[in-house]
Amino acid sequence: MGSPPLFYNWSSKIIPWLGITTLVLLSLGIYWGLFVSPIDYKQGDVYRILYIHVPSAILGESIFIFMAICGFINVIWRAKISGMMLKAAAPIGMSFTLLVLVTGSVWGKPTWGTWWVWDARLTSTLILFFIYAALIGLHSTIEDKTKADRAVSILSIVGVAIIPVIKKSVDWWQTLHQPSTFTITSSPSMSPEMYLPLLICLLGFYMFFAFSLTLNLRNEVLDRERSKAWVKQNFNS
Amino acid sequence: MNPIRKQRLYALIAILLGSLLATWLVVSALSENMNLFYSPTEMKEANINQDVLIRAGGMVKPGSIIKSKESLNVSFIVTDYQNELVINYQGILPDLFAENAGVVVRGNLGSDGNFNAIEVLAKHDENYMPPEVAKLIDNKK
Repeated sequence: MGSPPLFYNWSSKIIPWLGITTLVLLSLGIYWGLFVSPIDYKQGDVYRILYIHVPSAILGESIFIFMAICGFINVIWRAKISGMMLKAAAPIGMSFTLLVLVTGSVWGKPTWGTWWVWDARLTSTLILFFIYAALIGLHSTIEDKTKADRAVSILSIVGVAIIPVIKKSVDWWQTLHQPSTFTITSSPSMSPEMYLPLLICLLGFYMFFAFSLTLNLRNEVLDRERSKAWVKQNFNS
Repeated sequence: MNPIRKQRLYALIAILLGSLLATWLVVSALSENMNLFYSPTEMKEANINQDVLIRAGGMVKPGSIIKSKESLNVSFIVTDYQNELVINYQGILPDLFAENAGVVVRGNLGSDGNFNAIEVLAKHDENYMPPEVAKLIDNKK
């Protein structure tokens, strides 16, 4: 899988499957969440935005951890594909982080009474968004792709320190954002008919990430290997 | 693992630890300032200047909400179950504003020790349930 032509051929086979599972899970989860699950006793229908907001937040953070792991592998073993993977994942993670900020804002206006407040959770998430932007910017300023990969790998390892801060911000400080509904130590403070569709949405979001990462990575592979024989063979016949 | 890779691994671990340490230092230095609002108890201890714009927060005490009939004036008590703070506000309250619900207000302390709010935000808690379940829980109480 480490070699680009092998990855390219293998990924052509899995893309339709990734696409279909994403479509099925997301349509099931979103339909269940938006139309079937009951309203909230306090917020009414507004709470339904969490079926987008919460998975985006989890994805925005876990994609960054994924990128830091790619960075680790890229620096230590100099595996080319891990550098490409890091680069391919960054715009997806950044989009999810933007989505979490926007949906949170739309939810905040009717519930809290404000679009934005500088509390620890919101501010640290905004910082994550800027780190994503910095990673993408840094990669495009360095001409040599291998060097760019390495620089971005190190930045992603430095940046990953923001993730525990985001996660724990609601416990460490007084924030406007509520503490986590789901914790490892206690049962979720949400009824099952509300969190089951959320779980399906989350799986759907993860599948969507796998799907779009594969597509991005194929582009990246083709772009970097465009002068190689296997690419020419694939596209000139 | 060959020696060069081992060396790179150590370098990366050092970078990661350094970054975590730096973040931790920043976070703990900011500690107090990272809080969005003062609780009534902290408010009492902090000796806050009257004309400084600050945020206070806590739970709305049941039975303390007094709404004026002629205007949008409203007053209520915010409590952290140790100390209380009287809030005066003129304006429209957010939908989730209710007795026993969290609230964050922005404004300044008046000379009478009451808080004059220019903005009231409702704080949401982490509980989600359908109305029927909420009713059941209420009935049990």
